[in-house]
Amino acid sequence: MLRIVAASRPSSVPLLAVASARSSLLSVPASHSSPPDRRNIASTSARQADITLTVDGREVTVPQGSALIQACEAAGSPVPRFCYHDRLAIAGNCRMCLVEVARSPKPVASCAAPAMQGATVFTNTPLVHEAREGVMEFLLANHPLDCPICDQGGECDLQDQSIRYGSDRTRFHEIAGKRAVSNKDLGPLVKTSMNRCIQCTRCVRFANEVAGVEELGTTGRGNDLQIGMYVEKMMDSELSGNVIDLCPVGALTSKPYAFHARPWELKTTESIDVLDALGSNIRVDSRGVQVMRVQPRTNDDVNEEWISDKTRYAYDGLRFQRLTTPLVKGPDNRFVAASWPDALAAIATGLARTGAKGNEIKAVAGHLADTEALVVLKDLVNRLGSDNLASDLAGKRGDSPPVHGIDVRSNYSFNSTIAGVENADAILLVGTNPRHEAAVLNSRIRKSWLHTELVVGMVGERADTTYGYEHLGEDAKALEAFLTGRVKGDFAERWAKAERPMIVVGSAMVEHADSEAVFGMLARYVAVSGNRIVREDWNGFNVLQRVASRPALYEIGFVPSRAAASIKPKFIYLLNADEVDPSSIPSDAFVVYQGHHGDRGAALADVCLPGAAYTEKGSTWVNTEGRSQLARAAVPPPGAAREDWKIVRALAEVLGTDLPYDDLVGVRDRMWAISPSLVRWEGLEGTSLEVAKAGLQSLSAIGKNKPSGAKMGLAVSNFYQTDVVSRASVTMAQCTRAFVTREKDGLNGLGKAPLQAHA
Amino acid sequence: MTMLARLPRRLARLHPPSSRSICATVYRRSDALFTHRDTPYNNPKIAFKFDPPNLKRAEEIISHYPPQYKKAAVIPLLDLGQRQNKGWTSISVMNYVAELLELPPMRVYEVATFYTMFNREPIGTNFVQVCTTTPCMLRGSTEILNTTCSHLGGLKPGETTKDGMFTVIEVECQGACSNAPMMAINDDFYEDLTPETTKALLDAFAKGEKPKPGPQSGRKTSENSAGLTALTSKPYGPGEFCQPEFQ
Repeated sequence: MLRIVAASRPSSVPLLAVASARSSLLSVPASHSSPPDRRNIASTSARQADITLTVDGREVTVPQGSALIQACEAAGSPVPRFCYHDRLAIAGNCRMCLVEVARSPKPVASCAAPAMQGATVFTNTPLVHEAREGVMEFLLANHPLDCPICDQGGECDLQDQSIRYGSDRTRFHEIAGKRAVSNKDLGPLVKTSMNRCIQCTRCVRFANEVAGVEELGTTGRGNDLQIGMYVEKMMDSELSGNVIDLCPVGALTSKPYAFHARPWELKTTESIDVLDALGSNIRVDSRGVQVMRVQPRTNDDVNEEWISDKTRYAYDGLRFQRLTTPLVKGPDNRFVAASWPDALAAIATGLARTGAKGNEIKAVAGHLADTEALVVLKDLVNRLGSDNLASDLAGKRGDSPPVHGIDVRSNYSFNSTIAGVENADAILLVGTNPRHEAAVLNSRIRKSWLHTELVVGMVGERADTTYGYEHLGEDAKALEAFLTGRVKGDFAERWAKAERPMIVVGSAMVEHADSEAVFGMLARYVAVSGNRIVREDWNGFNVLQRVASRPALYEIGFVPSRAAASIKPKFIYLLNADEVDPSSIPSDAFVVYQGHHGDRGAALADVCLPGAAYTEKGSTWVNTEGRSQLARAAVPPPGAAREDWKIVRALAEVLGTDLPYDDLVGVRDRMWAISPSLVRWEGLEGTSLEVAKAGLQSLSAIGKNKPSGAKMGLAVSNFYQTDVVSRASVTMAQCTRAFVTREKDGLNGLGKAPLQAHA
Repeated sequence: MTMLARLPRRLARLHPPSSRSICATVYRRSDALFTHRDTPYNNPKIAFKFDPPNLKRAEEIISHYPPQYKKAAVIPLLDLGQRQNKGWTSISVMNYVAELLELPPMRVYEVATFYTMFNREPIGTNFVQVCTTTPCMLRGSTEILNTTCSHLGGLKPGETTKDGMFTVIEVECQGACSNAPMMAINDDFYEDLTPETTKALLDAFAKGEKPKPGPQSGRKTSENSAGLTALTSKPYGPGEFCQPEFQ
């Protein structure tokens, strides 16, 4: 059903026509342009001419094409608005942003009017005041007066603006009463109270443009207009929670957070999300020792202002299944609570009893291990004489060095950068479904797909991606066929002509049977294509990580040496390693688990050490681009749990190993020594062209054998439950029931058409 | 005992039949529901497809628009579907049109709920739309509406007769004000109505006949009903009064 999507894309001219039109356009600059490896003088995109206008007597200069509301904003004259949102299409239907423009007979809706050269705009005149008051009166005519029981209270645009711009009394005494609209069931995340809706259509625009849920819309007309899906359906999107932030009133509120807290009771902490590898910027709102909600923070380089539903709602998993005290397995094989000194002593005894030496001491890093703890654990294990630093990749692939190596960062990073996705004109996805591995990144691809001539090809299992793609096959053989030019088709044609082609290799490819073949053939392809894919201003070779800890893991070199990989371990230290394959743990080994949830890893352990979850520690996280960001502690760890690096440091003391740091500053100095970029938070340091090419050179030597042709499966089968936090979360379990196993489905007797929607 | 016997009467006095509900204001219901609820006669499982002649028409309609703007054909196709589906647009019709035009179904639902001439509930064989907008009202459309309703067995506007022959609704201006009062039955306008002609029309339709559309008063079009006051002479023919060479 590609056609559904194709029709909704604004410029869905048949691909061939586009290709030819494009090439004819391109041929003009190409004819007079310099050699193929020319550099653009400007590295930023072309900027249009600026225009100058006067707002409230202040002159302001804005780029041509700006909306009047942006010009007013730039001039420091705030304009109230409901429907306007700078990341969504312009609707112009709330009329709240009316301003007065000189020589215009009527007030102008500033969001829908372009800023014009030399215009004189007033935002603070009696006419404007009256207009705003009138609009507000109409909006409130049908708005229920239920602020005391509305969850939006305290952060409601309508509330704020009616105080500021509204009338202090109503003239509206309609005997027929206010409009009543039935509530919609949008699923376990979004609670609706449609009587409060003011029809700004922000949610509709978000769902259609960003999230790719084209089922949300407006039905009816006039006073009866309502937001909904017309048929009974849930909002099946992993970005659905964002409509709650977008809703300027209390029509869409958060179901899990309903009636739990008021915004003024909450303490806000700016932090980083770790439930995927994007490092979305979040705001953790807490009350006392509990995280009450998670909201996005704007960062145009990473998540714009969206976050995925897992990021937003998995926080209730932080309350359940927590390890709050050290546990030592007693003689009857049951865990007994212990004090910290006892637990650490038990580990020391266990290590001595197993007689583990050198590489027999193994550390396994899991999904949610922070960089500080990884660095300290690596130092400890190294000082104990071991190189056996594994990670919990699927299929025991973490027990050996990763196929892409760790010497060159660009071999395992998202080199085009997340924002750079919007510059790509052709994307080849290899064994990845970004929708589930990096939901916010996926929305960027969709944005680009909607607004530019981007084409997407995919090798791997078919998935509903929210944009159209050409499916090229399911295994490494199909990839080989495509790379060697044996595949004909629209995508192949467009790919060959693409100026900024982008290869996105899923992190699951590292765990795949054909991993060497895939990385090898891609590296050779990049080399053969000269500076088409990797050049000074564009690095189109990307590995999309899906696990928050992995980029840091590779950055600090937390990988086993080849010698260590073959050793049978006697002492295993699991740091947040819950996805570890139990069969990789010998039955006679002594196992320590350090982490925050009693999940799969803790079940394997002899001693459990309670660590802090990501909202409870100030720690560094490196995202898939290699951008290091600092998460901050919003709440204290529960019970006797401690920050992770401190636990490892204390254990080192008990084991009689001296580590040269005692405080966080010391640990970060050590991180600086390992890789300065780890502590240059917020910054992103790209790999230089020479190094990136050398890295690919080293990759092109591997995997020259014929690929086995094993299918590339989906790395994430259930988006809502991928790690210990989301597995412990009730909300995520409800989402799984609603959207993955679809236990509630069948209301309309229509199952969801499986996966064909976009393929 | 006596008290108990009196109790019901007292209660009856306390709660007269026309008691006020908890809600102090009157409900204002919209005339149609803007969400779909599955019913035995209207659910997505009921198959709908254009029959071959309509499919040919649909292809012709779609071919009028550029291929990337196929969605522009949504209104004509919905109309075609409504005609094939006994005068109403079921959810299956909307889904089918969406499929045909490669649109998300919601885009079709939006259109079908916006325009009032798409009936989303079944209607009778004859769809009587009585205009009650100002010009018709001034010319007595209230009487026409009442006549229609009572003649069809005491319907209320919006209802269908028990035998499924007639559905009556009030509509806004149909653009035939010069022949007010008027009503549209199916696709045809019946104008210059009086209660008598209205009854005659409805009787004819009930018998399965199709009376001649247009003014029911003897007027041809909207000419002066009291006779012409101008242009009374015979209009001259082509060539008359011309120079001889042009005659």
